[in-house]
Amino acid sequence: MTGPKDSNDSQDEGKSNVLDKTISRRDLLRLAGVGGAGLLLGATGVSGLFSAKSRSGVSSAAPTVAANVDQIVSFYGKHQAGITTPAQDFIVFAAFDLTAASLGEVRKLFQDWTQAAATMASGELLGDTNDNLNLPPSDTGEAAGLSPSRTTITFGVGPSFFDGRYGLAGKRPAALVDLPAFGGDELRAEWSGGDIGVQVNANDLQIAFHALRNLARIARGKAVLRWTQEGFQRTSGADPSGATPRNLMGFRDGTGNPDVTDDAEMNKVVWASASDGTAWMSKGSYMVVRRVRMRIEVWDRSTLGDQEATFGRHRASGAPIGAVHETDKLDLDKKDEKGKPVIPMNAHVRLAHGDGSVKILRRSFSYSSGLDNKTGQLDAGLLFIGYNRDSRKQFIPMQQKLGQSDLLNEYIVHTGSAVFACFPGVSEGGYIGETLF
Amino acid sequence: MKFKLVSFLVACTIVFTGCGSNAAETNDQANEGAAVNAADETTVSEEVWAPILESYRQFTIEQADTFIIETEKFVTAVKGGDLDTAKQLYAPTRMYFERIEPIAEALGDLDPNIDARENDVEDKDWRGFHRIEQGLWERNSTEGLDEYADRLLEDVKLLRALMETVEVEPSLLLTGAVELLNEVSSSKVTGEEERYSHTDLYDFAANVEGADKIYQLVKAELNKKDAALDEQIGKGFADLEQALAAYKSGDGYVSYLDLKEEDTKKLSQLIDALAEPLSQMGTILEA
Repeated sequence: MTGPKDSNDSQDEGKSNVLDKTISRRDLLRLAGVGGAGLLLGATGVSGLFSAKSRSGVSSAAPTVAANVDQIVSFYGKHQAGITTPAQDFIVFAAFDLTAASLGEVRKLFQDWTQAAATMASGELLGDTNDNLNLPPSDTGEAAGLSPSRTTITFGVGPSFFDGRYGLAGKRPAALVDLPAFGGDELRAEWSGGDIGVQVNANDLQIAFHALRNLARIARGKAVLRWTQEGFQRTSGADPSGATPRNLMGFRDGTGNPDVTDDAEMNKVVWASASDGTAWMSKGSYMVVRRVRMRIEVWDRSTLGDQEATFGRHRASGAPIGAVHETDKLDLDKKDEKGKPVIPMNAHVRLAHGDGSVKILRRSFSYSSGLDNKTGQLDAGLLFIGYNRDSRKQFIPMQQKLGQSDLLNEYIVHTGSAVFACFPGVSEGGYIGETLF
Repeated sequence: MKFKLVSFLVACTIVFTGCGSNAAETNDQANEGAAVNAADETTVSEEVWAPILESYRQFTIEQADTFIIETEKFVTAVKGGDLDTAKQLYAPTRMYFERIEPIAEALGDLDPNIDARENDVEDKDWRGFHRIEQGLWERNSTEGLDEYADRLLEDVKLLRALMETVEVEPSLLLTGAVELLNEVSSSKVTGEEERYSHTDLYDFAANVEGADKIYQLVKAELNKKDAALDEQIGKGFADLEQALAAYKSGDGYVSYLDLKEEDTKKLSQLIDALAEPLSQMGTILEA
């Protein structure tokens, strides 16, 4: 375990006192960012010392992009970053299939990935051959000079990782189950499965793409891309207040999420424990990814009344139907004057809420992938990502209910699906997957 | 190709420099880097490189000599109206060219004259193998191809003659290996090279053989410098050659049309898996 400064455990990473620790390069950059909005780091300053590596100090004459504490989410910590980290503006998700010949090569891949991910989270250039004319640069360069932008990179392994190839069949967690078929599934192989899942988030799409691209490059010869999906939500620039984001149907999505700052709640809902039966997954979490296409054109011609009845919430305020504020209590028993439930029996919010005892942590993004050339309609929707401690007890029963009777099913179709066991976090010097390999 | 590229890059640099003083400074730094690297290169032992470069020169000359002989046979078949023989000889003949393609690309217009595809050049300038390929397969005839056949043989002989003038430097040799695989990546694995005959796998195999030849020549040096990289490249070639062997048919290869999407995807990923470490071979130019 590293100290609080280098962990992502708390949400105010980096705000601790730097005096209690040897000052690292990152700390210097943080100090620079904290101390001087608009401060130019000259050739004799920090960037002079680190210009060979620092992405944000590429040219000594250029104003250094403030690599301040708010821009860096440390890769290290007892949990992986990118799970309870407040959702960034963009996602690039990728599933990989392994081609590695041995477990040793798989281990090497995760060691290399760990180092690269930590480097990119800090906003530094990868590798040390970025100025050699005889070699391809070790960093592909499109993030040079850009701020770290709260990059997080989260790794997990899927059920197929535990087939016979690497002698790990006995290590597969019972909680890493193949999902059953749900109502509304029209799953396509091109958006499903994978030996490894990698979730890259950042407040800048180019930076997120850069991270995934470089991870894929590092993997060459050991793993190949299986499928990818980019996603977005309204940016923090467009909504500085950070209100609950709206999905592409125009409704707020994530209002009922558990509180990520409540450790006890996170331990209950998100983090696996050794007592669950798989010691190597202690402090890890199970990720469910669903590519949910929205029937945009159909939705757009449904009345506001139907739309609100479908979700069980008002579109404008996000409040439960019959209530005023977004955070007003969800009163599922409320009846209208004719004795009918105010929130329809099959409304999305009612089915997802259930009796309130089963929760998951949703971390979804919208996606837009051009056209479906068969129909000429938009291929857009939700890249659903949910984290839970045990999908058998949380996601699966919830989705079974939704798949059977959710009013929303008329407007959506699940086209992709994957599950991954996301490893616990690591401290500096360790590597992702060390508890398993 | 190589020379043209250089002038293109210079042009780009000038454009970017115009964007502002910061860019100019970055450029200066890059230029300093270039000077340092050029100096490094002179520290690479002449004793080490001279025999490697000489071996490669001999290899390319051998290929070019055989290329002339095989092209003569092909041209004779075309001009004699022997459609079946012409079709049979087409793909195997091209392999001698594909193995040494980086050299041809360094020789100005020769590469397009021999190897341009339709629309790569203006129609009036279009000649070479692919023009004949179009006649043989699209029109299923040798008619009207005599002139193209004669010019092809002239161009191939000219290629051989001009090769005496090419000085292969270590960096050209090393990037040439990667370029050969890039050729596969961008046009052969997609079936775009041989759009009428669908004999893309012949070119594919020849490009890989050409890259392997270069790797074999520098392998000993590479192993001294970075044994892990050498091992990775060796494995990459072995994996690729094994996968390619599955598509052998008689003395040649199956038609591109017989490949399924999963086949081309797998081959393409194997090329990427090999070309990435191969692109690091330049490390042996370091002192």
